[in-house]
Amino acid sequence: MDGVLHQVFSGIASGGIYASIALALVMIFTATHHVNFAQGEMAMFSTYIALTLIQAGVPYWIAFFATVIFAMVVGVIVQKVLMEPLMNAPVLASVGVFIGLLFIFNSTAGWIFTYTLKPFPSPFGEGGPLFGGFFSRHELGSTAITLVVLLSVWAFFRFTRLGLAMRAAAYNPSSSRLSGVPVATMLALGWGLASGIGAIAGMMVAPIVFLDPNMMAGVLLYAFAGALLGGITNPLGAVVGGFIVGVIENLGGAYVVGTELKLSMALIIIVVVLTLKPAGLFGKVLSSRV
Amino acid sequence: MSRIAIILGCIALAVLPLLGASGYQLFQLTLVVTYAVAILGLNLVTGYNGQVSLGHGAFYAVGAYTTAILMDKFAVPYWATLPVAAVICAVFGFLIGLPALRLGGLYLALTTFALSVAVPQLLKYKLFDDYTGGVQGIVIDKPDAPFGLALNSDQWVYLFTLAVGIVCFVLIANLVKGRIGRAMIAIRDQPLAAEAMGIDIAMLKTYTFAVSAMITGIAGSLGAVAVQFVAPDAFGAPLSLTFFVGFVVGGGASIVGPIFGAIFVEFIPNIADQISKAAPGAVYGVLLIALMFVAPGGCASIVRKLSARMPWNRKTT
Repeated sequence: MDGVLHQVFSGIASGGIYASIALALVMIFTATHHVNFAQGEMAMFSTYIALTLIQAGVPYWIAFFATVIFAMVVGVIVQKVLMEPLMNAPVLASVGVFIGLLFIFNSTAGWIFTYTLKPFPSPFGEGGPLFGGFFSRHELGSTAITLVVLLSVWAFFRFTRLGLAMRAAAYNPSSSRLSGVPVATMLALGWGLASGIGAIAGMMVAPIVFLDPNMMAGVLLYAFAGALLGGITNPLGAVVGGFIVGVIENLGGAYVVGTELKLSMALIIIVVVLTLKPAGLFGKVLSSRV
Repeated sequence: MSRIAIILGCIALAVLPLLGASGYQLFQLTLVVTYAVAILGLNLVTGYNGQVSLGHGAFYAVGAYTTAILMDKFAVPYWATLPVAAVICAVFGFLIGLPALRLGGLYLALTTFALSVAVPQLLKYKLFDDYTGGVQGIVIDKPDAPFGLALNSDQWVYLFTLAVGIVCFVLIANLVKGRIGRAMIAIRDQPLAAEAMGIDIAMLKTYTFAVSAMITGIAGSLGAVAVQFVAPDAFGAPLSLTFFVGFVVGGGASIVGPIFGAIFVEFIPNIADQISKAAPGAVYGVLLIALMFVAPGGCASIVRKLSARMPWNRKTT
């Protein structure tokens, strides 16, 4: 029984990281109807920046916030330079750019920081497990950080004028433009925010899986699955989906099929759920007028 | 007339390397044809029918393994494995297409991507070890030219692949030009109107998936013969991504597009490697993005623009 609980808790911890990336994916999706394949690689790159700062002697939390700001700036630049000119191009062109970005970030990171696995420090210390051994300090800390991030993002969208403007720009660009919302700026901000959330997730996952240029490949896939499972139009659903995927992955890997096949198994379960409930667990069933 | 002349000219151009190209160059060209056929299959389902598949590497893998297992365990000649691979992949595609009916857009993309992730793991699975050779894979022999033709085996494999490739392209070109092709496009653009016109959407979508899987499976079969080796890790998610890049570069809903896409995915990584040994992926990514900016509709859109300017296509005013 203790073993099961342990797996559930560590599933919740990794689920929190999937939830963050899933939230970043959903934010860009609701605003632009694109799935950013490069989200994970951008997060990985930011994490390397954090490591470089920390190794240069910068205190962890200063490096943490500097990295988040760096990631936001990169997100805004990518949107302004690459995505905005392609706004009216076919969807496939944007997909091509996303895949191109994925290669660029991955390869550049490998070139600058090499492909060797690097340990990444945890801000929560290495100390012994808490709560009867169910949670390691880092798992507890990173889950807390994830929840704080998710709550602040929710509050930002719910209670601030800027958040409202961003939601409006995503929901109905032309009406928002008529009411004086600078839609292009809002989109760029959305990209910045998503990229910043990704960077936080990167810094939280790196102490667990070690830092290397391919660190996020699996994480992105789980996050994508989580986002779709919860309903890609619903940020809260995506977050819940991310947590569910984390728990399924850990339990399945430990008790059902072993670590080799756990990725396949998690995906198959999700596909079955989606076949029964095509809009995701919390997704809105969109009806369109004909 | 001129259209046929251009097509014949292209075929002549494709046969030309037999005269002077080295073994390795012929091998690369064989892979280009193989990729072109695989991307053609993907283009049918994604370009013409609008169902996004990120998992066509799985069908390629099934085709390749069918050929390898038949040749290795049952001593079937390479050419006889093609129809078997085609049938198996069509059935496999049909089965995958059934749940795909319920899943539109991104959900289908995830399902197919899951497939491409799962396939290498399944191929390594212990139960099938006797047939698949596990992690080691299977090595197969290179076929020699039949009927005493004065060709070495590289030349023969290229010629054989090219011939099968041309047959596939002609078949698909005819398929999309006819009633079924128009129905596929109608489903992509206006599903409701298509249904009102009496198209059985569910059936046609599943059939499209099956035909698409069949074509890509044939490509896998050809690829196995050309490479003479199959192993699970060659057929993972990166292969599906490669096909998708080729599809995007070539341009959706186009018959010539896959050829350009195949040339891109076969040669551009080598060029990127020559430009920068340190970060070839970055160069590849930059080239891919640059191409998307120059031709957002893929290479096929450039071809369309050029051909509209040709004297025989100009409208007389």
